[in-house]
Amino acid sequence: MATTAATVRPTTFFDEVVAETPGDPRLEACLQCGTCGGSCPSGADMDHTPRAIFALIAAGMKDAVLRSNTAWYCVSCYYCMVRCPQEIHITDIMYALKRMSIKAGLYQDKTSVPEASDFAETFVNYVETYGRSFELGLATRYHLLHHPLDMIKMVPLGLGMWRRKRLDFTPRRIEGIEQLHAILKRAKELGAAA
Amino acid sequence: MKYSYYPGCSLERQASAYHQSTMAVARPLNIDLVELEDWNCCGAIEYIAVDLLPAYALISRNLALAANQNGGGNHQIVAPCSACYLNLSKADKYMSDSPELAAKVNTALAAGGLSYTPGTIRTRHLLDVIVNDVGLDAIKERVTNALYNLRVAPYYGCVVVRPGFDHQFDDTEYPTSMDKLMRVLGATVIDFPLKSHCCGGHMTQISQDVALELIRRLLKNASDYDADVIVTLCPMCQLNLDAYQDSVNKQFGTDYHIPILYFTQLVGLAFGLPATELGIGKEFVDARPALAKVGATPDVTDIPASRRDKKALPMPRMTREGER
Repeated sequence: MATTAATVRPTTFFDEVVAETPGDPRLEACLQCGTCGGSCPSGADMDHTPRAIFALIAAGMKDAVLRSNTAWYCVSCYYCMVRCPQEIHITDIMYALKRMSIKAGLYQDKTSVPEASDFAETFVNYVETYGRSFELGLATRYHLLHHPLDMIKMVPLGLGMWRRKRLDFTPRRIEGIEQLHAILKRAKELGAAA
Repeated sequence: MKYSYYPGCSLERQASAYHQSTMAVARPLNIDLVELEDWNCCGAIEYIAVDLLPAYALISRNLALAANQNGGGNHQIVAPCSACYLNLSKADKYMSDSPELAAKVNTALAAGGLSYTPGTIRTRHLLDVIVNDVGLDAIKERVTNALYNLRVAPYYGCVVVRPGFDHQFDDTEYPTSMDKLMRVLGATVIDFPLKSHCCGGHMTQISQDVALELIRRLLKNASDYDADVIVTLCPMCQLNLDAYQDSVNKQFGTDYHIPILYFTQLVGLAFGLPATELGIGKEFVDARPALAKVGATPDVTDIPASRRDKKALPMPRMTREGER
């Protein structure tokens, strides 16, 4: 009995993060050197730098990791990833943490996390409906939901975009939208089954 | 040279100047860009943050279409947008590395009657194609209106040079392709220290304070080096530095007026193409005073005059060469 317990290791939070990241993220190789945090343009605004997040992941502190704003402040510039001496796929891990945080519903804690997740979801919604992104719809829907009072500040920018012919008033739908819907539907089913 | 062309959503409208100037310089550069039929959004940096498999399936539909439409020949797809370039090359790389992921994505694609074998399509960035396939010598031959005296800050942003999922065509932190290109056009290229730093990406929508500080750093750095113009290769960088320059000035009490142009626009000007054909005039920060230095006087009549806030305090401002 004891041998079975020793050989079958229960799945840890660390394993979950690795499984959620495409390719081999090499997370176990982290030296805790801090090059990532030092290279990060938004590191100063994060609850925990990427290095600290990796220590929290290794310690199995799932709640603290998925509640933190770290992944949501990642601007996806890949500085950390090219500088990491252990070649850890840091940016991809940040994306994995965003997905896990949405799935766990922990991003709803607005005290620590910006509304980045909602922005991403609104964006996804438009792409799923039309096959292409729609800036005006994205900006208005997102800001109406989250900063209705700030909408007025967006007006000059929007007008400026419009006067310079840089804004569409209607979304563009791709011809193969049915095909795209079928592909995305199957992909979601596969993702949910995993 | 024939390539599949993947413009991406930004270039349809927001960055139409990039699309226009790309098309305008493609002919003299002898590159044939065939737009991928019925392409869809690459998901930018948002989709991958929400759901993994649909995000990869979304990207792969484009790769599958490109493979179908190419039917042999040169399997290369050119993306002018940094995010599109990153997403297409990254999905291809990770699917090549992980047959499991590739199989799942293909199961999803099959629902739409498509399939894709990872590694079939090579994604290239437009800058890579222009500098390395066309070559600087061929470009030099075409220059009729050299951009002498124009001080250019070459700004690469993040993901064209990092992390190089396709292949590393330039240094990850100190890229020089665009520097060399601008020098060939006759411009004075400043050694721009923040050339590969981040513009904030989508942060302007999520946390303006974070974004404006990142934009301010870039503008200050370029201004410290007396740049007449910042030249970029990404629609997101152009939008952030250009449309939010005014917000930076308001937030930090600064007075930056640095026009942000696409590298293809400067290539076009040096080739003697008319400014309006290159989409010049769509930028928020007027590029005319800077371009007057190289004798390019865009006949742009529909740029709206900027109105000063009536209550604003008068700000001391140096008149520049070429300005009233």
